[in-house]
Amino acid sequence: MSLLETRGLTARYGDFQALFGVDIRLEPGETVAIIGANGAGKTTLMRAITGVLRSAPDSILYRGAPIGDLPADAVMKRGIAMVPEGRRLFPSLSVEENLLIGAQHKGGRDFGDALDDLLTETGRDLRRAVFGPYGMPPRRPGLALGDRLRAAAFGPYGLPRADTGPEHTGAGYWSLETVYDLFPILRERRHSPGTALSGGQQQMVAIGRALISNPDVLLCDEISLGLAPVVIRDIYAALPRIKASGASVIVVEQDIGQALAVADRVYCMMEGRVTLTGKPSEIGRADIHAAYFGVAA
Amino acid sequence: MIWVDTILQGVLLGGLYALFAAGLSLVFGIMRLVNLAHGDLIVFGAYLILVIVSALGLHPVAGALLAAPLMFCLGWVLQKAVLNRTLGDDILPPLLVTFGLSIAIQNGLLEGFSADSQRLSMGALETASVAVGPVSLGVLPLLTFGSAVAVIVALNQVMYRTAIGRAFRATSDDPVTASLMGIRPDRVFATATALAMLVVTVAALYLGTRANFDPAIGPARLIYAFEAVIIGGLGSLWGTLAGGIVIGVAQTVGAAINPEWQILAGHVAFLVVLLLRPRGLFPRGQ
Repeated sequence: MSLLETRGLTARYGDFQALFGVDIRLEPGETVAIIGANGAGKTTLMRAITGVLRSAPDSILYRGAPIGDLPADAVMKRGIAMVPEGRRLFPSLSVEENLLIGAQHKGGRDFGDALDDLLTETGRDLRRAVFGPYGMPPRRPGLALGDRLRAAAFGPYGLPRADTGPEHTGAGYWSLETVYDLFPILRERRHSPGTALSGGQQQMVAIGRALISNPDVLLCDEISLGLAPVVIRDIYAALPRIKASGASVIVVEQDIGQALAVADRVYCMMEGRVTLTGKPSEIGRADIHAAYFGVAA
Repeated sequence: MIWVDTILQGVLLGGLYALFAAGLSLVFGIMRLVNLAHGDLIVFGAYLILVIVSALGLHPVAGALLAAPLMFCLGWVLQKAVLNRTLGDDILPPLLVTFGLSIAIQNGLLEGFSADSQRLSMGALETASVAVGPVSLGVLPLLTFGSAVAVIVALNQVMYRTAIGRAFRATSDDPVTASLMGIRPDRVFATATALAMLVVTVAALYLGTRANFDPAIGPARLIYAFEAVIIGGLGSLWGTLAGGIVIGVAQTVGAAINPEWQILAGHVAFLVVLLLRPRGLFPRGQ
């Protein structure tokens, strides 16, 4: 069983279809690179995996459990963290606060969870009182009348969720201190506003913010974009230590050389489809050129 | 000396306006939601305290302490069940929904309590005063101002010293990226509104003890709250206190010149600040 897998994944922005049946997989301990030109669908794929774009439940499997219809916060709590394209640090937060926000979900259930459950249960009771058993979501997906009506009206999103696996504890190697050890400059700048840092330092904060949740899967979307070569080298130098902490990594890159250097396996995308896959040692320059641009070199 | 007294009374009145405005400022600062029912929720809170005080024979402060958790839960449910559904790129849905909510609250209160004025009695505290040099200051206005400062300090502590405050600011900056950090924006917004309703309860206590109230006075409280928030700078809590003081002082000075000018003077001060500093006195991020 793969750690993370997409099966025939499709994604849309309104009427525009951005992904067409994408199949990728990530094995435990692996680094996978996804390459492709602008508009190939790489970032859309990341947004779908992380739940920012919802998809059919079974189109994304994490440890064998369907997570395609989970919202972003729930995906993250299962152990998939993302370093988003453009860093997207929070301007109101200092460097340290930006890092700590990545660990925000640790600590188990809180008052909000209890109140949320109370509201959900009250809503359930009200529906039962008004509609009887047909207003209730069944405990298991099945062929109940209410199920069929919801499926007809809303498609798979109207159906109750299947078992999506347990939430991640957030415990592990990464903490504020280990992130500061990885990127010492952040310790010196920890009280500065996150957006006052250089692009490279901001990227370090974005990576640290994702790591501090101790993810099993780390998604890095265009982490070299707009950075100087020497800064890119420093950032990629952290990758072995990140992998040693137990995280499997998906790197989205436009820099083909960098991607091939760090990846165990590569997927090339073009116009929302995977056009090439293989190990870097097995893929030739001409293959990549054809898959990247759609024309033979 | 009468001008010193007038200005001091204005500052203390500004505390009441800051209390009206603090909840509005909190909600706007976090989710950019303009709650047109805010004034009516304050009036609703005053009626809730009145019901508790009447039913249990308690002091209004004890009544407010009992009302606070109820208002907190009301805020949570209101945001979760209604207001979260209106949030998005279009600012019109929240305005329409909260406008409707305002009318529903006013008519509900009118149906339940009639149009008669009500009041929460603080007993001897209402007329107690302390002499500060040649000026005499009412204890209740001093308590109101002290409560406003305490509320602003507490909200600032929550915003800048706690994990939920971090989540408030992160979600306010970028809800999508916040959700990638495991934060549920809908939950954060519900918590913010619930917290704002605690502040509304404090405002309701002083609204009910300092003057008469009836179901129709909510919109006027909303106007004062709005003006205080905008004068202070959108989303700035200390700015909200400053905004309340500006309106309070303008009103008492206006009233000292001509009693008919009291309300008008507050609005004129608001317009002047808006002309000179369109982003308010202390806009967030400056």
